[in-house]
Amino acid sequence: MDRTDVLIIGAGHAGAQAAIALRQGGYTGTVAILGDEPELPYERPPLSKDYLSGDKTFDRILIRPASFWEERKIAMRLNRRVVAVDAEAHEVSLSDGSQHGYGSLIWATGGSPRMLSCAGYDLKGVHSVRTRADVDRIMRELETTQRVAIIGGGYIGLEAAAVLTKLGKKVVLLEALDRVLARVAGPDLSSFYEAEHRAHGVDLRTQVKVACIVGQDGKASGVRLHDGEIVPADMVIVGIGIIPAVEPLLAAGAAGNNGVQIDAQCRTTLPDVYAIGDCAAHANRYAEGATLRLESVQNANDQAIIAAKCLLGLAVAYDAVPWFWSNQYDLKLQTVGLSIGHDQTVLRGELAARSFSVIYLLQGRVIALDCVNAVRDYVQGRKLVVDGAKLDPGALRDTSRQLKDIAA
Amino acid sequence: MPTLIIKNRSGIGKTIEAASGRSLMETLREAGFDELLALCGGCCSCATCHVHVEAGALARLPKMSDDENDLLEATSSRDELSRLSCQIEVSDALEGAVITIADED
Repeated sequence: MDRTDVLIIGAGHAGAQAAIALRQGGYTGTVAILGDEPELPYERPPLSKDYLSGDKTFDRILIRPASFWEERKIAMRLNRRVVAVDAEAHEVSLSDGSQHGYGSLIWATGGSPRMLSCAGYDLKGVHSVRTRADVDRIMRELETTQRVAIIGGGYIGLEAAAVLTKLGKKVVLLEALDRVLARVAGPDLSSFYEAEHRAHGVDLRTQVKVACIVGQDGKASGVRLHDGEIVPADMVIVGIGIIPAVEPLLAAGAAGNNGVQIDAQCRTTLPDVYAIGDCAAHANRYAEGATLRLESVQNANDQAIIAAKCLLGLAVAYDAVPWFWSNQYDLKLQTVGLSIGHDQTVLRGELAARSFSVIYLLQGRVIALDCVNAVRDYVQGRKLVVDGAKLDPGALRDTSRQLKDIAA
Repeated sequence: MPTLIIKNRSGIGKTIEAASGRSLMETLREAGFDELLALCGGCCSCATCHVHVEAGALARLPKMSDDENDLLEATSSRDELSRLSCQIEVSDALEGAVITIADED
């Protein structure tokens, strides 16, 4: 049986960074990364942007070149999944039937795309956007695709809509709720992005419920809505969120429900088992201490560094300010903080100018900003979020003054 | 194929051959410098690929955009030689330049 001092499950941003940080910190024990894809760690955000559009080839989105992992003695065991964890024996069982022992385990598996539960979910031509293989399949089929139906108006769906429209495809975007980005942003931002996508030719519909995917000869040919209408489509892209990949850990007795529960040191309730990234439910200072999962590169990276430092014996706690970005058309969206729970919003700038910020307040404190083509507000707003600055909404609205001067 | 001298945070220098046309960030990542996080992958949305470019070479580079300038403002170690390496295209203008990876924020 193989055994490493540290075994990292998941070869995404979090797993890769955990290994990098261990070596940077001088860790001399054996380290292995186990991943269920055939690829070395790569950046996921470009999958719905530059990689899908063809602007970047795969080698350009690798987090590090192959030689890097070899030089730092980080073993890559790819193409296999963990099916069971024996926390007492410090051992995992893999999909290829083998076992792997560990001193410490870092669980960094992210999640798998939520599938539709209706008929037709598994027809050919129905895709997710989570892995390189997903996007390679989409790209292969694009040549013979004219009409694309995207189910879900979150970041993945909207970014895919932007790229596919630019590639000349006829895109219909179907959102079940009354606005896009409903889970992550306020109504101002939602309506702005809805208008932008429509102006670029996307047939964007909200409050539509999908009944099933219809097909011919095993291949998707459209989406049937609850009212009976069939939206014709050669390709269907489903972007309705992820399900955290934590089943083996929970089965082993780790606390958790939606994700696996961790403390401020990224420790699960199992001995010597850490969890980081999209799959890790943690109490977040920027959500008033509420327990949540964050699906972002920032969170993956920062939690990876915490887990690595804990293994190196350093006293640290996760306290990082959340940030995120999304590129659609010529719009650069940057968010800082978490807007959930806000009780007031301030619009700084004009939507029509396509450069503005939405500032979210809770009991008068700045808790988050969504900045569109407004990098300066994003940079200066970060400090307001970290400080929990209490500022007059009228002053925040005044674009003749910079945020840092308003706060001074 | 300009030759660059890259200094890491410990001040240790390493000479590398850089391919023209790629960004300096990608070049540094490819060359195995683990201190450079480059979290947004090079789309000028964060400031985790911050470097200091030797003055002579810096003067030969195209000027930085407002976005890059604003993002650099967020870093604690910004100086007059600061750039985001994802926004620099490797070219002969960089021949012989000393590039120093900026301190972590």
